[in-house]
Amino acid sequence: MGKGHHHSSGIGKEHHHHGEETILKVSDLSVSLNGDRILDNINFSLKKGVTLAIVGPNGAGKTTLLRALLDRVDYKGEIKWSDTLRIGYVPQNVTVADVPVSVREFLGFKSDDEGRIEAAIASVGLRKGALDKRMDVLSGGETQRALIAWALINDPDILLFDEPTAHIDADRELIYMMLNRLERERGITVLLVTHNPHVVRHYSDYTLAINRKRIFFGESSKVDTPKLLKKIYGSGSILVRHKH
Amino acid sequence: MDASIFSIIVGIFVGLAAGYVGSLMVLKRMALVGDALTHVSLLGIAFGIVLNFNPFLGAFVILFISALVTSYLESKTKLSGETIVGALFTLSMSIGILLIPEVELLETLFGDIASVTMIDMIIVAVVSIAVIAIARMMYRDNMLSIISEELATSARVNVSRTNLIYLILVSTVVALGIKFTGTLSIGFLVIVPAAAARNISPNLSRYVIWSCVFGVISAVGGILVSGYTEIPAGPAMVLAGIVLFLITLAKKML
Repeated sequence: MGKGHHHSSGIGKEHHHHGEETILKVSDLSVSLNGDRILDNINFSLKKGVTLAIVGPNGAGKTTLLRALLDRVDYKGEIKWSDTLRIGYVPQNVTVADVPVSVREFLGFKSDDEGRIEAAIASVGLRKGALDKRMDVLSGGETQRALIAWALINDPDILLFDEPTAHIDADRELIYMMLNRLERERGITVLLVTHNPHVVRHYSDYTLAINRKRIFFGESSKVDTPKLLKKIYGSGSILVRHKH
Repeated sequence: MDASIFSIIVGIFVGLAAGYVGSLMVLKRMALVGDALTHVSLLGIAFGIVLNFNPFLGAFVILFISALVTSYLESKTKLSGETIVGALFTLSMSIGILLIPEVELLETLFGDIASVTMIDMIIVAVVSIAVIAIARMMYRDNMLSIISEELATSARVNVSRTNLIYLILVSTVVALGIKFTGTLSIGFLVIVPAAAARNISPNLSRYVIWSCVFGVISAVGGILVSGYTEIPAGPAMVLAGIVLFLITLAKKML
C-alpha cells in the first residue's frame, strides 16, 4: 500500500516526484504550551516536490507542529527552511457566513494583479464566474479551492494544509488529485495534516506519524502499517482497510 | 427649525465615520461591544462635568483606556471582548449616572444637536476624516482577521494590534458623536446602518459604500426630523435608521 498503489477506479498518486533538494530540516523540536509539553524531540527532513502527510490522534500536536513550522508558536530546537522559500498556508476553518466578500475581493487581499488571481483560480479548477460570487454561497469544495487559490497566488514552493477536507465529503478526491497535479506540474511540495488514512495511502509520498513524543517518519508505504499506527493511535483504535 | 447647517455637516461626517467603522463592527460580531462602549463613556463625561474640563475629552480618555484594557484582557485571558466590555460598561454607566448632575443627564443621554458650533464642526470633520483614513488602511488586515485569524497571521497581520487599533477607532467615533446624538443613540449609528447595508450587498465594496450612505441618511434624517419636531436628534436618527433597515430587509427577503 502507499505510493504507487492504484484504486481500480484509476485514482490515486500516479507520479512520484522525488527531488534531491532538502527544503526543510527539523531538528530536536520541542514545543510547550501553558506548561504542557506538546511536542518533544521531533526530527525529520523534507525534500522538494513531495507530499508529506502528518497524521496522529487528536491532541497529538499536529496543528502545533504546523504552527511551529509557520513560526507562530515559540519552540526549542531548529526549524530550517531553505532560503527564499515561499510558503502558502491553507487554514482549516474560515468564517465567511454573512460576510459580504466576493472571491475576487478575498483573493485581492493577497494581490491586486488580476492576472495572478485568474491564474490561481484556474489552477484550482474554479470557473472565472466564481470570482464574482460571495464566499458564503460557495459549496464546501469550492471554498476549499478558493482557499488553495489564495495560497497559490504568490507562487509558493510549499503548501501547508491543516486538515484540508475535514468538513467536506464531496469533492475530496478531486481536491487531492488537484494537489498531486500541482506537485507534478509545478514542483510544489505539499504538507498536509490529516486524519484521513485514505490520503496517507493514496496521495502521500511520506508520512510523519506523531503522538507528542512518539514520531515515525518515512515513506508512506513503510509508515502506514497496522503495527506502527497502533503505536501512534493506541491499541484502542480500529484500522479499517478497504479491499480493492 | 433648530438644525443649523453646522449640525447637518456634523451629521454627515459622524454618519460617514460611524457607517465606515461600523461596517467592520457588524462583521466582527461586535455589535454589543459598540453599544456597551457608548455607556462606558458616561464615566468620562461625569469626570469632565465634576472636575470641570471638557466632558467629551473625558469620554474619549475613558473610552481609550477601556479599549486598551479590553485588548489586554482579551489577549491574556480566554474572555471575549464582549464579556469584558459588558462588565466595564455596567460599572462605568452606574458610576457615571450617579455622578452626573440630573440637569445635565438628559443632555448626556440624548445629545444636543442644536449646540453645535463651527469649532465643533471643524473638529468633527477633521477627526472623522482621520478615522476613516486609518480604518481604510487597516481594512484588509481587519477583514483577514474576521475570515480567519490563522490566515491573517500567516499573511503577517498582527491580529492583536489590529483589534486594538480598531477598538480605538470605534471609541473615537463614539466620543465624537455623543455630544450630538447622546450616549443612547451613537451605538445605534455604529451598528444598524451597516446591518442594513449587509442585507443588500453582493460584495465588500458595495457593503462599505451602503454602510456609509445609510449612516449619513440616518444621521442627517434624524437631525432634520428633530429640527421640525420636538423629538431629540438621537432617537430621531434611530427611527430613520430602523426604517432603512426594514426596507433593506424586505428587499433581501423578496
